[in-house]
Amino acid sequence: MNAVSPDLDRRFRDAAAREGLLDVAYDLVDSPIGSLLVATSPRGLCRISYDADSEREVEQLARAFGLRVLRSPKPIDAARRELDEYFEGKRHSFDLAVDVALLADFNRRVLRELARVPYGEVVTYGELATRAARPRAARAVGMVMNRNPLPIVLPCHRVIGANGKLTGYAGGLERKETLLRLEGAIL
Amino acid sequence: MTLPPFERFYEQHREEIFAFLARRLGRDRAEDAFQETFLRALRAYPTLRHGEHLRAWAYTIASRIAIDEHRRPRADADLPELESLDGRPAFAQLEHLADQLPPTERAAVVLRYGYDLDYSDIGAALGSNATAARQAASAGIRRLRQKELR
Repeated sequence: MNAVSPDLDRRFRDAAAREGLLDVAYDLVDSPIGSLLVATSPRGLCRISYDADSEREVEQLARAFGLRVLRSPKPIDAARRELDEYFEGKRHSFDLAVDVALLADFNRRVLRELARVPYGEVVTYGELATRAARPRAARAVGMVMNRNPLPIVLPCHRVIGANGKLTGYAGGLERKETLLRLEGAIL
Repeated sequence: MTLPPFERFYEQHREEIFAFLARRLGRDRAEDAFQETFLRALRAYPTLRHGEHLRAWAYTIASRIAIDEHRRPRADADLPELESLDGRPAFAQLEHLADQLPPTERAAVVLRYGYDLDYSDIGAALGSNATAARQAASAGIRRLRQKELR
């Protein structure tokens, strides 16, 4: 049989990344809240997606970052390890470079503040807006959370409504609850 | 047609390109040639302007690499190398000559006379069949002759 062996396939995917030929490398990472599509550009982590439809996600990555998008596990290894540690409760912050260069200034500013919200704590949309120097922009902050390209690593699950309700989560409320419970922020 | 993400291109063509290389080079040597084919495609991918004829493009890269592999001395064989008469490989001359042909005819002519592929492989490269490949190649040759006569 003249079929491409898994080993040959893997060697090509490794070589493509090693030679620096990829705009984006991605892989699927198993987690307690489902399979995650994790992607990195040469500048850093650029996407974590709960979307099981990787085809659609790959199209979007290609539009945003360039056509040379390839599933390639090696460049994702560091992120995979840190996510594993996080879900085992052994890691409380991430040491990963992130690529948010394509986002609007306001989104970047809000996400930068978001990244400072510590493990196991929560903040309201309004409070996060205040920290980003836009105190009346709670709703806009909600939109930024909704479009957060790097959930978990940029912890939008730690942002809740003023009334203490979890309010919403792009990955579904159930996942938000699981993450906050893992961190001991809710019982 | 817009270019697909490279992952799609690779998934769509890897099996047939590997089978093609294995027929030409044998399974062991095909593995190196396979990797080189798709690395070369990856390097050139951003320079492509549209997503048409991607399969023929992949076959053309694979054919060129297969020829390079053939020329490479093998550890287990000491047969003398065959040189082309004027030292310039056939595909290099043909690719230049055939530049003005419509894409399908150009691919058929270059793959047939430049790379010595048989019509069933060319049919696969064009996404059609051996008969259509033969017709495209002879139409291309006719057109080249007419140009030469003018």
